[in-house]
Amino acid sequence: MARKATATSAKTQPNVPQFTNEQDLDAFREMLLIRRFEEKAGQMYGMGLIGGFCHLYIGQEAVVTGITMASEKGKDAQITGYRDHGHMLVMGLDPKGVMAELTGRQGGLSKGKGGSMHMFSNEHRFYGGNGIVGAQVSLGAGLAFASKYTGDGSVSIAYFGDGAANQGQVYETFNMAKLWKLPVVFIIENNKYAMGTSIERAAATTDFSKRGASFDIPGEQVDGMDVRMVYDAAKRAIEHARSGNGPYILEMLTYRYRGHSMSDPAKYRSKDEVTKYRQERDPIEQVRARLIEGGVVTEEDLKKIETEIRAIVTEAADFATNDPEPDPSELWTDITIEA
Amino acid sequence: MPQILMPALSPTMEEGKLAKWLVKVGDTVKSGDVLAEIETDKATMEVESVDEGVVKEILVEEGTEGVKVNTPIALVLGEGEEVGEGNRPAAQATSSDPEGQSAVPEAAAASVPAEPKAGGEAPKFVAQNDPDLPEGVEMVELTVRQALNEAMAEEMRSDANVFIMGEEVAEYQGAYKVTQGLLQEFGPQRVIDTPITEHGFAGLAVGAAFAGLKPIVEFMTWNFAMQAIDQIINSAAKQLYMSGGQVTAPMVFRGPNGAAARVAAQHSQDYSAWYSHVPGLTVIAPYSAADAKGLLKAAIRSPNPVVFLENEILYGSTGLVPKMDDFVLPIGKARIARKGADVTIVSFSMGMRYATQATEKLVAAGVDVELIDLRTLRPMDSDTVIESVKKTGRLVTVEEGWPQGGIGAELAARVMEQAFDYLDAPVLRVTGKDVPMPYAANLEKLALPNVDEVIAAVNAVTYRS
Repeated sequence: MARKATATSAKTQPNVPQFTNEQDLDAFREMLLIRRFEEKAGQMYGMGLIGGFCHLYIGQEAVVTGITMASEKGKDAQITGYRDHGHMLVMGLDPKGVMAELTGRQGGLSKGKGGSMHMFSNEHRFYGGNGIVGAQVSLGAGLAFASKYTGDGSVSIAYFGDGAANQGQVYETFNMAKLWKLPVVFIIENNKYAMGTSIERAAATTDFSKRGASFDIPGEQVDGMDVRMVYDAAKRAIEHARSGNGPYILEMLTYRYRGHSMSDPAKYRSKDEVTKYRQERDPIEQVRARLIEGGVVTEEDLKKIETEIRAIVTEAADFATNDPEPDPSELWTDITIEA
Repeated sequence: MPQILMPALSPTMEEGKLAKWLVKVGDTVKSGDVLAEIETDKATMEVESVDEGVVKEILVEEGTEGVKVNTPIALVLGEGEEVGEGNRPAAQATSSDPEGQSAVPEAAAASVPAEPKAGGEAPKFVAQNDPDLPEGVEMVELTVRQALNEAMAEEMRSDANVFIMGEEVAEYQGAYKVTQGLLQEFGPQRVIDTPITEHGFAGLAVGAAFAGLKPIVEFMTWNFAMQAIDQIINSAAKQLYMSGGQVTAPMVFRGPNGAAARVAAQHSQDYSAWYSHVPGLTVIAPYSAADAKGLLKAAIRSPNPVVFLENEILYGSTGLVPKMDDFVLPIGKARIARKGADVTIVSFSMGMRYATQATEKLVAAGVDVELIDLRTLRPMDSDTVIESVKKTGRLVTVEEGWPQGGIGAELAARVMEQAFDYLDAPVLRVTGKDVPMPYAANLEKLALPNVDEVIAAVNAVTYRS
């Protein structure tokens, strides 16, 4: 049942699901927005406008884009760890609010009180933005528990990395999720490195799609650099969860181009490895090539999209630079709700 | 933005060496291309291009040391852009201009945060008084266990979003029988036996609360909640603040806390001070049956995460509880258990047993004790304590927890800050001893506070021998 694909062999992958032109264009737009937004965030970090930790999603764009395209926006809940900017952009949260949160301004999604790792939206059903590695897995199962309890038909999508996949609470959660048949899809974003430690040095078994095996949770390894493969697998997994069959695991074979965070020079991997992914497997370039080769659009058309995306990012950056810091009185708000 | 600026690699980096240029004037670059390598004493990193364009000028030669962050290092112009006043740096920012101040671009300058203003006053919590009981209300004798059970059953009847999960809460009827009968009345959808996975089910319950449910999480004892403390503090307590007020975790974590009998170090510990340390949490530790019922109902209704600390030894103790349809007590209000003028004793939970027995003996000996049961530890009703100390001039605190950083230590600090001039004697703390709980019966007894220690402390602060 499990379709196997690895990031390096996917070019010759048979039975690659086809996207309509609209889907390809949507995916191109969403992924490009993440890419340009993150590049801008990196630049603003370099300028000292963004502080603390800042984990960029560059390289992994196809994962959250394909999954979100396969989910019901506004109904299905999503939750992730600290590498969360891309998730919010694809889920429709305001790029200005995200960027202003990164710069710690009052117009940030969390009023400047959360920062890069802590942003949320009830309206879009995005539950963070969680800074503790692995915590989002049990929280995500809790979102699924609420769905089952109320019968609202939603699915919870919980993302975590290859590093978090070794945390104990992940397996506590797998057990309960299967035991109670919770509608949750676990997405393991395997970008090969938990900060600076490669999966080979940290994991006794590196096929993370099998990590649910002892709980009888089905799992698939997916080429996480090809948005079509991600979308196709996510459709299957979400449908499985929504129809009452319980949890599903998708291991996304992906790659981050930048360091773990802005202050990571990424000396633990070779330049060739990074270059190979960028040149041969880039998720955005794959779609761009398809669109051009298929004669769907011209270079000019894509340039126009790029200009539009750039304008959105520039607007977000300008807002985040000029928006004032939170009022000092905000120090004392939102600690508890007065009953 | 045609100027490429010297980036900071970390929040603390102020300057670095421009080690190597990977592009030259005239090169066309696009987003993601590596332009240069920079070095600090800690690391080497690459400067990537964010924009597309042609490299017009290299402003800082490779090999230059001490290049300040935000110094323009190159000029890259996009299609149709010209070199002009607007994008040429006002001054060449190289090591000859170590300050680099004149070259800080508009955007970066605008980012310099204003001098932090004072954060204003912490909001003062003012607790409601206990509601007046209806005249002639019937008082029924209940155990603390029954009172807690009634509180949960009543709240589950009135709010379908309230459910309880924990180890042995359903089929087994509760490890300490606090959830007895709930499964029969509310069914397995709302009374849920969990595997023995505190970390996992605590996190799962927090997630369910994010999505709008009102979980009650029973820990078989609070000792096991150490496995789950990350989810209680990092996920539940901080959620409202770090979401800027958007996402809440309305839920109760409850179970027996403190020393049980003869179960030794890992199963006998008082977490009152631990949880009361954390902003975002409400912490309740009742003593009487009536308080147990009224405060647990309030906790379940609270929009905030509540840590509700019960006590195994008190489960079987009885008290009078008003027989009312809806008996709810205010969170954050201490109860004056006995009015007096000579000395103030403050305690909570099991400590109240020692304090109450000591008070009976002291009153018989002619000491007019004022006895206060804090009931809620956060927010702490220091007003009631301060007012009392202003009257008596003396304070003794009683708790089972360890002395360092304890509830008594907190009360002593608050009294010193707010009623120093009223004190006629140093504040004395009666606490558990500063040791892990021993198993041997005699040692266990020595490790816990007792009535005689409370009496001795009162005698000391009232200068009676």
